[in-house]
Amino acid sequence: MKIRFRYSKLGKVRWTSQRDVARMWERALRRAGLPVAYSQGFSPRPLLSFGLALPTGCESLGEYVDVATTQPLDVAGLGDCISTLLPAGVDVQAVAGLPDGSASLQQAVTSCVWQLDVCAGSTEELRRQVAGVLSAGSLPIERERKGRVELDDLRPAIVRLQVVGSDQLAGQEFSTLLAEVLTQPRGVRPPELCSVLGAELWLARRTHHWIEHDGRRSEPLPIDAPQVRRWKDAS
Amino acid sequence: MTERVPQAPGSSQGKDVRSLWPRIEPLLARVTKPARYIGGELHAASPVHEPGRVAWLLLYPDTYEIGLPNQGLQILYEILNERDDALAERAYAPWLDLEALMRASGLPLFSLESHLPASRFDVLAFNLSAELTVTNVLNMVDLAEVPMRAADRTCEHPLVVVGGHCAFNPEPMADFVDAFVMGDGEEVVGELNQVIGDWLRSGRPSRGDLLKELAMVRGVYVPSLYEPRYEGGRLVGVEPVVPGTPERVEKRTVADLDAWPYPRHQLVPLVEVVHDRLNVEVFRGCTRGCRFCQAGMITRPVRERSEREVSRMVREGLAASGYDEVALTSLSTADFSGVEPVIEGVLDSAAGCPGAPPVSVSLPSLRVDAFTVGLASQIQRAKRTGLTFAPEGGTWRMRRVINKLIREEDLYAALDAAFSQGWRRVKLYFLVGLPTETDEDVLAIADLSKRCVEIGRRYHQNVTVVVSVGGFVPKPHTPFQWFGQDTGAEIRRKVILLREACRGARGISLRWHDPDASVAEGIVSRGDRRVGAVIEHVWRHGGTFQEWSEHFDLGLWQAALDACGLSLHDLVHREREEDEVLPWDHISAGLHRDFLWQDWQDAQAEEAVTDCRWTPCYDCGACTDGGLEHVVASPVPPAGGSQGTGQDIGDARVPASLVRGPR
Ligand code: SF4
Repeated sequence: MKIRFRYSKLGKVRWTSQRDVARMWERALRRAGLPVAYSQGFSPRPLLSFGLALPTGCESLGEYVDVATTQPLDVAGLGDCISTLLPAGVDVQAVAGLPDGSASLQQAVTSCVWQLDVCAGSTEELRRQVAGVLSAGSLPIERERKGRVELDDLRPAIVRLQVVGSDQLAGQEFSTLLAEVLTQPRGVRPPELCSVLGAELWLARRTHHWIEHDGRRSEPLPIDAPQVRRWKDAS
Repeated sequence: MTERVPQAPGSSQGKDVRSLWPRIEPLLARVTKPARYIGGELHAASPVHEPGRVAWLLLYPDTYEIGLPNQGLQILYEILNERDDALAERAYAPWLDLEALMRASGLPLFSLESHLPASRFDVLAFNLSAELTVTNVLNMVDLAEVPMRAADRTCEHPLVVVGGHCAFNPEPMADFVDAFVMGDGEEVVGELNQVIGDWLRSGRPSRGDLLKELAMVRGVYVPSLYEPRYEGGRLVGVEPVVPGTPERVEKRTVADLDAWPYPRHQLVPLVEVVHDRLNVEVFRGCTRGCRFCQAGMITRPVRERSEREVSRMVREGLAASGYDEVALTSLSTADFSGVEPVIEGVLDSAAGCPGAPPVSVSLPSLRVDAFTVGLASQIQRAKRTGLTFAPEGGTWRMRRVINKLIREEDLYAALDAAFSQGWRRVKLYFLVGLPTETDEDVLAIADLSKRCVEIGRRYHQNVTVVVSVGGFVPKPHTPFQWFGQDTGAEIRRKVILLREACRGARGISLRWHDPDASVAEGIVSRGDRRVGAVIEHVWRHGGTFQEWSEHFDLGLWQAALDACGLSLHDLVHREREEDEVLPWDHISAGLHRDFLWQDWQDAQAEEAVTDCRWTPCYDCGACTDGGLEHVVASPVPPAGGSQGTGQDIGDARVPASLVRGPR
């Protein structure tokens, strides 16, 4: 059986890497005594599959992990139980069993939404930059791939980009952007978006993953998946 | 390297008691491995700072990844946090990138739990386990904005305390440290806390009085109360200057490990660290009597934890941590009386998850014999990661000198067992630069290694024998404390000799430790109080992280010696005389000086001694003076090899019968 969890990554724990998060999950599942399935072979690993990696330093309101188990389980109460075993700032929000043959997160997710707090002179200036990006035919950026620098076009990956707010912090004006970007064939990293906007990134927080299929959008967990209420202190 | 600009020492009056996190976080996007600095480990404490509690900051002078697993630090952390008159937080050395940002923005060293400034704590307690981390201690004290020299600190500054193996020669760090603690920390830490707490509660009267009080605690050395005397450039004594101060400081020894089952809740880090697994100490001390081994000498006698207690700690530790690997730690775990039942127990108990692969057990210090390989093959799952053995010397003669009593038959039987049971990669540790060593002894390492490859090829087409060679550094409180260490050039010559002898030999992969690093280690290892100025000079000229080959620089040390008018020959390469005062003679690790001297004579005569756990006592002093004895459950030596047990192993082919078959 496969179980999908949605979880947050907020606060200090955002400085851990995706690898670290994987190890946190493995240990939490072991402590919970869940019958997790393991890979075969010389060094068996628990069968966990995460979606698109969250870059170190970014927060998220909704990350996903699929866990394969050796036997069917009742997922009621499971989220709470696992949540208490995960570090502060990592909280399970929803959990559901997946139907057999469900596509993996990597395959299914088509886009994700970022909330970006940036510093870019004035909000007006940023709005102009956003308009410029959206009207551009192409946005060439340099990317490193296997040690070689290649030229990529960022524009086709940008689905939506808008300034949604601004505020003052420590005497500096910063703005909040919402950006929806495609995740296939490869994701867009928040610093890449900021570089084409000429903005300095303060904090990137992923808010949603979307699956677009035959013109219909859905999130990786069904709406009626059991919601988990418990939140630990994520200071 | 750049000149280091010291942080301005701040007064702790009007201390900032707020978390520094808002100032730390913006820097984290610009450093490598930022999660080193966030804390938040499983089982980390959330201490409440309040009057009536002595605030300890426990520091490890190397990176988070190296320092976090340190068991000594974790044990004290828990013991202190369980008390209602103490609290403890932790700090590790910030990596160079963060340090530069901290210095640029005037951000002081901070604790990991509350992200409070280090200077806000009452005690800065360092674990000093490796000589070359001494400059990091200075750097951390400086980053803490605490005066570097103990003499410059006032009642408002934290006490700087140092424990760990390197404390057994405290003199090189004497100018910077208020108090050293010798030996096991479990009991003495509470006594220190009491003295410091009383002093704080009485309104911090003079710092001098506090230091005098501390010096009366058994196991504590307060260097400012002792003065070294020199005659003609030679040390003639380190003596108390204040009446009533003990002339000799005795180490502390915990007699019953079962009474101290710590760490009860081992820290589980969020990021990967070295030894990232549950660690359960099965015994402390070792009486195999290897003459080069300081750890073995200064931790005598042997005190085993009971099999029942070890099993409980393993079971509960695994359940609480979520780890799937446990290491049974000690200086020679195959010697543990309960090793087989404990391993059986771990393997039989289900792992955390039903259906999960069995928990793996590791034995970090393997004895060289077939019994040990039997154990290893029992505990390693299908994956054969590699086995490590430490014969240390290339010839039987050499191994008698160092009292590492492994016969060639032992080694070959161990390797035969290993290769026949599926291992293809074996690592062998050797030392060069040992007393009485000849080129023949060095070259024998090559012969031995080639023979090991041959044994392996009987079972596999391709085998690798990794031969790792280190330059020997004589350590205080060992029989080799009088020995004149080989020069860097001599070690290098021997390594080249060995490299030539291994050239073209299939299956051998030769690695060596930087001979220059051994020289610098030698300066600190047996230095006297004058070496403090050398350490400070190295630090001031950018020499931190000297344990890291990419940052180590012997040139810095040489320049520092020159600046201080000291000679490498005198400190490192000169053989000491019998009646010469050694800088650590006023510190007792429990060993009689005449026992060590006799053992040094025996070494040069190629006389070996056997293990006093199973043969009569030599009266080294460790038990006799401390009113202690070995705590060993098994009345007979372990099977499977001679190694200093006094057994005759005429037939060295011990069947490695513990195998459960491949998994
Ligand atoms: S006092 Fe005797 S029994 Fe104890 S460690 Fe020394 S030699 Fe061994």
